[in-house]
Amino acid sequence: MPLVELRNVSKVYHLGGEEIRALDDVTLDIETAEFISIIGPSGSGKSTLMHILGCLDSPSQGTILLDGVMIHNASSRELAAIRNRKIGFVFQFFNLLPKLNVLQNVELPMIYSGVGGKVRHERAMHALEQVGMANRAKHRPSQLSGGQQQRTAIARALVNNPRIIFADEPTGNLDSHTGEAILQLFRNLSQEGRTIILVTHDPEIAAVTPRRIEIRDGKVAEKVDIKLAGLDRAPIPTAGDITSLPDACR
Amino acid sequence: MTFGTVILIGLKEVWAHKFRSLLTMLGIILGVSSLVGMAAIIKGMENGMRETMVAMGGADKVLLEQQDVPVEQEHLADQAPGRTMADVTALQKSAPLLRTISPEMRIDRATLTRGEKNSNPSECVGVYPSVLEMNLHTLAHGRFFTDLDEEEAKPVCVIGTGIRDDLFGSPEQTGRDIIPIGEVVFINDQPFTVVGMFERYEGEQQRKQREAMAREPEQTQAGPSRMRGFGRRGGNWAFDRKNQTVYIPLNTAWIRFRAAGDKDGIPDPRLTDIDLKVTGMEELEPALQQARNVLMMTHRGIEDFGFRTQEGQLETINQQIRNARMSGGVIAAISLLVGGIGIMNIMLASINERIREIGICKAVGATGTAVFAQVLIESMVIALMGALLGVANSYAFVRVLELVTPAANAPVITLEAMLLSVFFSGAVGIVAGLFPAFKAARLHPIQALRYE
Repeated sequence: MPLVELRNVSKVYHLGGEEIRALDDVTLDIETAEFISIIGPSGSGKSTLMHILGCLDSPSQGTILLDGVMIHNASSRELAAIRNRKIGFVFQFFNLLPKLNVLQNVELPMIYSGVGGKVRHERAMHALEQVGMANRAKHRPSQLSGGQQQRTAIARALVNNPRIIFADEPTGNLDSHTGEAILQLFRNLSQEGRTIILVTHDPEIAAVTPRRIEIRDGKVAEKVDIKLAGLDRAPIPTAGDITSLPDACR
Repeated sequence: MTFGTVILIGLKEVWAHKFRSLLTMLGIILGVSSLVGMAAIIKGMENGMRETMVAMGGADKVLLEQQDVPVEQEHLADQAPGRTMADVTALQKSAPLLRTISPEMRIDRATLTRGEKNSNPSECVGVYPSVLEMNLHTLAHGRFFTDLDEEEAKPVCVIGTGIRDDLFGSPEQTGRDIIPIGEVVFINDQPFTVVGMFERYEGEQQRKQREAMAREPEQTQAGPSRMRGFGRRGGNWAFDRKNQTVYIPLNTAWIRFRAAGDKDGIPDPRLTDIDLKVTGMEELEPALQQARNVLMMTHRGIEDFGFRTQEGQLETINQQIRNARMSGGVIAAISLLVGGIGIMNIMLASINERIREIGICKAVGATGTAVFAQVLIESMVIALMGALLGVANSYAFVRVLELVTPAANAPVITLEAMLLSVFFSGAVGIVAGLFPAFKAARLHPIQALRYE
């Protein structure tokens, strides 16, 4: 059974009597441990898709099965619980709380899931070690570079051991060198068996992932635009399973 | 989300905007200090009134008053006997529900002289020893009148400390406590021997003040002496009055001042006062009825007397205190309400500033309830901090009030007022936080995340 099953999902906004179909009849399966990028120009509906997949929003029509749970008509309370336990977010603007230090920021999701103080501290430190930020635990976000902030955000996304990690333009606010390091981090996480979904408009970044879903005008594009998907730039894996790639490509 | 963390975050938020928080809290601070201050003033008033009550003889004292005869007996008015010793004897014999009966014969316009000095007593009265119990007097020096004094109408007197101060000098002036037992003073030019002196009557506050004065050495003062603050600095008038008492035996008063007759040459056997105390307050009504029956006999059915109980006065005092409490409470409640509005305002501004942060919290799994609780607790933290500062401030406030109120009514801070105001501020904080918290909890995560 796939980890996520989208069936005929639509999202309709009403703006001043005008109907806007941000997502139009999307059907999609995502398997466990996949490394996927969702690409598309701005306004294509890729953010809407991410929000619905990430349980930040509910669809107008269609059904969604996440990890065996129907979520398309869940209450906001249930959605919050699902976001907390099964989903991790990494944002373009890092979105760390400025008044908390790195450790407290990483502890935040566990506070909402009611993890006790000692376990919380241990798990947060472990997550920070995974992203190489353990030595900055007591720093404030404002004292960190963009790359370090994004690593902290990734640690926060990891800390509750979620089924899926969403990354919305994670390198958009970083220079190319730092961005490359962050992407490398995602690649490593993917190899550890985590399901990661990258949302981007940048073909170069999309080229990192084995599978790409292109969204155009609210629909999943049947044929991947070679140029947009970055497929004109080698090397590209042909198979979906990244583990079958030669070491050089990893 | 643990309670401690939320409070910590709330405190951090308050600390991050120190000046803004202080301004917000100001409403609560002023509200709490006005509530505590108001309660302290009222408590002071209450204490003053209670002390006055006791100084005047306690709540169970009943005055037997001379009254005009009722309309239907007007033709008998010139035969009204007035209150005489016959009444006292009859009451003593036939009214067992009366505990104490104290007849008084006042000497009008009495002046005490000793050498160059003289003194005008508040009352110069011929009495029975029962007056001690009636007016709650305590003898500090010497003795009170004996049956022999009464029988032989001896020229002896017992004085209050105020009279001593006038005739012999007060301890403050002379530096020692003069006890004038055995000295001779003149009451309207007739020599009397002082056989006893009462203790010094004063209120709680007055005593503290006097003791403080006694500890401090004499201060040299530049310029004319002046009083601090407003009002009588002397303290409670009831105590001053009580200290100016002169008592002589009843028979002495009769023989030396009355029997010779007034300006018409006719002796006036009437007493100026008969005070009664009943055996118990619960038996007040039957006791008064009993006394009335006895007196109707001795007065031959002419009702030229009436009773005045202190109960009515007590009721008036309580009413006054209730009114003061009510108005003070309303004022304090309004200022706390204004403080609450201030908190609500600042909480709304604060969550508007933090919409993105709220969005982040929601994205990582905060439920609406968690956000709601956080905003609510934050607003309560502000309110309670304001309340604590307000309580601290009220001490300073009361110090200022002490300088402007008369000593007998010095404000007293009560624990109940403090607890009440802190509790009330907490409630105001919660109520003020409800709407902002609700608004924050209802924010849609995506819109909150996208908010610039």
